[in-house]
Amino acid sequence: MFEAFAFYFFSVVVLVSFIITVMAKNALHSMSALAVGMIMISGYFFLLNADFLGVVQIIVYSGAIMAIYGFGMMFFDTIKDVKEVNPSSRLVFLLSGLSALLVVVIIATPLISEPLVTEGMKAFHPMMAETFTIDGAVYTEAVKNAETVGMVLFTKYLVPFEVAAIMLLVAMIAGIILAGKKMDESITLMSEQEILEKEQA
Amino acid sequence: MEITLTHYLVVATLMFAIGLVGVIRRKNLLLLFFATEILLNAVNVGLAAISKAYGDLTGQMFAFFIIAIAASEVAVGLGLLIVWYKRKGRIDLDDLTTMNG
Repeated sequence: MFEAFAFYFFSVVVLVSFIITVMAKNALHSMSALAVGMIMISGYFFLLNADFLGVVQIIVYSGAIMAIYGFGMMFFDTIKDVKEVNPSSRLVFLLSGLSALLVVVIIATPLISEPLVTEGMKAFHPMMAETFTIDGAVYTEAVKNAETVGMVLFTKYLVPFEVAAIMLLVAMIAGIILAGKKMDESITLMSEQEILEKEQA
Repeated sequence: MEITLTHYLVVATLMFAIGLVGVIRRKNLLLLFFATEILLNAVNVGLAAISKAYGDLTGQMFAFFIIAIAASEVAVGLGLLIVWYKRKGRIDLDDLTTMNG
């Protein structure tokens, strides 16, 4: 009952905020709605017993990525409404809506007709801790997700983990070099004439 | 009423569809990036749901790597956007037509 309530609550909030993200005219509204959606998605992860993933979602998406976007938006004109120049807006809307509906139908119909999970399937990396008995009473270990994630991540997935670390390093250097170029001259503080002279040079 | 794997997958698909609408619709590159973030998050939810249904951690592992990829994509993409904005003063998709001959 609790799971059903939480699931529908998170679904409504996430879908509405993502629709706002996609449809909003103002970039700032769009970003705020995206941040709300990201935080609410972490609720799904907590419902799905993926505690560590939920925490990482909050820290990385709502913390790091939203901060980077906020930082990047200081460079752009965010107060102004974004003009979407669609030559035939109704046609684009119809086509995109139709293709999106098609994706939902294609993925959802086989799932509804035939469940994916069959009984007696053996997990490759078992997710939860095994139950143990003390004096005849059966206990399941409560908080075990972070531990099991660590066990699997640093044994089976050690090489992809290191490759991901190198990828993040490369991305960091690329971000610094790209955004840090000519950091000392600000376009917003220069006059039109100065900018034009820079362009000519 | 029990929430099954199908519920989660349908919601993840709906999220993916919303992101798809955004990718098709948006012309501003920054808002296009937001739509791609929605796509990545929808996939993450689906992976976590399947991970729970099978009792298997592999789905969560892939979700972690997808988060790492999303973070680096944002860093590089936003750097490129800033360079483009400094050069042109706009970040519209329709301006990126320097290779159309």
